[in-house]
Amino acid sequence: MKGLKIVVLAKQVPDTRNVGKDAMKADGTVNRAALPAIFNPEDLNALELALNIKDSNPGTTVTVLTMGPGRAAEILREAIYRGADNGVLLTDRAFAGADTLATSYALSRAIAKMDKVDLIIAGRQAIDGDTAQVGPQVAEKLNIPQITYAEEVISIKKEKLTVKRRIEGGIEIVEGKMPCVITVNNSAPDCRPRNVRRLMKYKHATTVSERQETDDDYIGMQNGREYLDIPEWTVNNIEADIIQLGLSGSPTKVKQIESVVFAAKESKKLTDSDKDIDWLMKELISNHTLG
Amino acid sequence: MNNVCVYCELDEGKIADVSLELMTKGRTLANELGVQLEALVIGSNLKNIEKQLLPYGADKIFIADDKRLDPYVTQPHTTITVNVFEKEKPQIALMGATIIGRDLGPRVSSALKSGLTADCTSLEIGPHEDKKQGKTYENLLYQIRPAFGGNIVATIINPDCRPQMATVREGVMKKEIFNENHKGEIINIDVDKILTDTDFLVKVIERHVEKSKINIKNSPIIVAGGYGVGSKENFQLLHNFADLIGGDVGASRAAVDAGYAEHERQIGQTGVTVRPKLYIACGISGQVQHTAGMEESSMIIAINNDPEAPINKIADYVITGNVEDVIPKMMKQYKANTK
Ligand SMILES: Cc1cc2nc3c(=O)[nH]c(=O)nc-3n(C[C@H](O)[C@H](O)[C@H](O)COP(=O)(O)OP(=O)(O)OC[C@H]3O[C@@H](n4cnc5c(N)ncnc54)[C@H](O)[C@@H]3O)c2cc1C
Repeated sequence: MKGLKIVVLAKQVPDTRNVGKDAMKADGTVNRAALPAIFNPEDLNALELALNIKDSNPGTTVTVLTMGPGRAAEILREAIYRGADNGVLLTDRAFAGADTLATSYALSRAIAKMDKVDLIIAGRQAIDGDTAQVGPQVAEKLNIPQITYAEEVISIKKEKLTVKRRIEGGIEIVEGKMPCVITVNNSAPDCRPRNVRRLMKYKHATTVSERQETDDDYIGMQNGREYLDIPEWTVNNIEADIIQLGLSGSPTKVKQIESVVFAAKESKKLTDSDKDIDWLMKELISNHTLG
Repeated sequence: MNNVCVYCELDEGKIADVSLELMTKGRTLANELGVQLEALVIGSNLKNIEKQLLPYGADKIFIADDKRLDPYVTQPHTTITVNVFEKEKPQIALMGATIIGRDLGPRVSSALKSGLTADCTSLEIGPHEDKKQGKTYENLLYQIRPAFGGNIVATIINPDCRPQMATVREGVMKKEIFNENHKGEIINIDVDKILTDTDFLVKVIERHVEKSKINIKNSPIIVAGGYGVGSKENFQLLHNFADLIGGDVGASRAAVDAGYAEHERQIGQTGVTVRPKLYIACGISGQVQHTAGMEESSMIIAINNDPEAPINKIADYVITGNVEDVIPKMMKQYKANTK
């Protein structure tokens, strides 16, 4: 079989897991600066699934597509170190303020710009919103099938693929026709680590904006080394209806953000002394909470 | 037209609990707006299915009954839902935030170019003023959900597109019979007129489903552990404690992400919602995404080594100390006092 053309959708997200105390400001909002920006975890499962298909189908290419600010190029490099062939950074003010609908519209227009894509693989959801909406919406915009909650691609024959999905209380095996969108669960295999040789080779892979911002000695390196260029696409590189992008393309608006002030209960304060805990257990037993 | 519509999911031939909960919420919203409540059921062998929905106050029930529609696959369900929504133009459409609802909802919202808010913890009706555009809106659906960032809750609205779509997890809303004798209209959908071959590009070949053994939803006592529990081994302590006092073990997302507990134990906005008689929060800071799923517990005990932990504010008893010291003491004293 000839190789497939795979696009992996990935997002750089603030690490909302294990948010430590210092990550909160005094006013109760998150101190984003204290949170590292990471490769969205399930997008790494998606990347692994793509690389796994590439391993068994020679000639397959894996391109990682991300929409975000300039620094999101970091996750494209990370993906390349781990085995992706290349990345595309979709970045423009016009995309700012996008909800999931405007995001999936922009992503789908970028995918439409690429040569015939067979498979689009995304993480099930991003940890900063947990909406799980972008994958299915990209599929709808491209008018192709979707297979969500995937754990494994069991086989690929011609344009048919068989996928194992993790559903409530069990699994489901489905057969689908390419091109299609697959979203991947965290129960799928973890992503392989960086490959040292790829790390050496692609260490200086950069986007054009990154090259303009740095004045390091490697600035001339890209000349004649096309593989060190991470393509950066703006709204001008995709054929899109501006109205459907960014804020204007987002039907959902945030009306209000409110801090939750917990109505402080009259709570009884106890220490971890034997005496306090003995008292508490007696109390719980006598009021029949325990018994 | 302009009604409130609930996509009703099936669970072994019965309307799923989450859908009935949404019917109850939908009935309240429809009454407030002075419109009708609609239910949409898509599946196979649906004879008499309306009997399960009428008592929840359905005024109109759309039924698509065809053997190709069970088990659920995305595209035929999307095509039918979009078709019904285009004709009926509901102002509000609700779905369960389940494996099915989270697969179907985004696809439908994209096809209709409307907004969708996932995992709402509360739904209300209210006005909105857009000062920039000088527009005012009446009777919008406030889609309320915790926002990433401290103890913050965001109200999302969808001023200009319809339907206003939202998903809600099971257990967040309460189901309640509206009227045993409620009457409604049944509309059978002619499926063959709507579906085409391109709706069947994905086929289910095999399915193995069993009800998960872990189900903490109705447990009267929950011992919940957070990231502060520190390890999977320490979590075993919580299991021992829960076994002793006749409870179940729950967890925060940070604890689940760290691999200390199974996903089915996650409590909160994106986990299960629980209302036990006793909730013991061990090493849980109390972010709003977590408290959204447990704040209605009758009694809350917080065990945390940080006297300022937010969870303490909603606790009835606050024990300041380390989980690994406090739990063994509680077990010891419990045994001593129940002998
Ligand atoms: C979109 C989205 C959805 C989310 N959904 C959920 C959800 O459904 N459920 C959920 O729980 N979270 C959810 N979260 C995550 C939530 O915001 C918090 O990050 C999470 O609840 C924190 O878990 P935690 O309290 O266990 O960990 P931490 O915030 O790290 O708190 C650990 C606590 O343990 C205490 N501690 C440390 N060591 C000890 C010790 N030895 N003894 C006693 N106490 C100790 C610390 O003082 C601290 O208070 C969601 C987040 C997002 C962005």
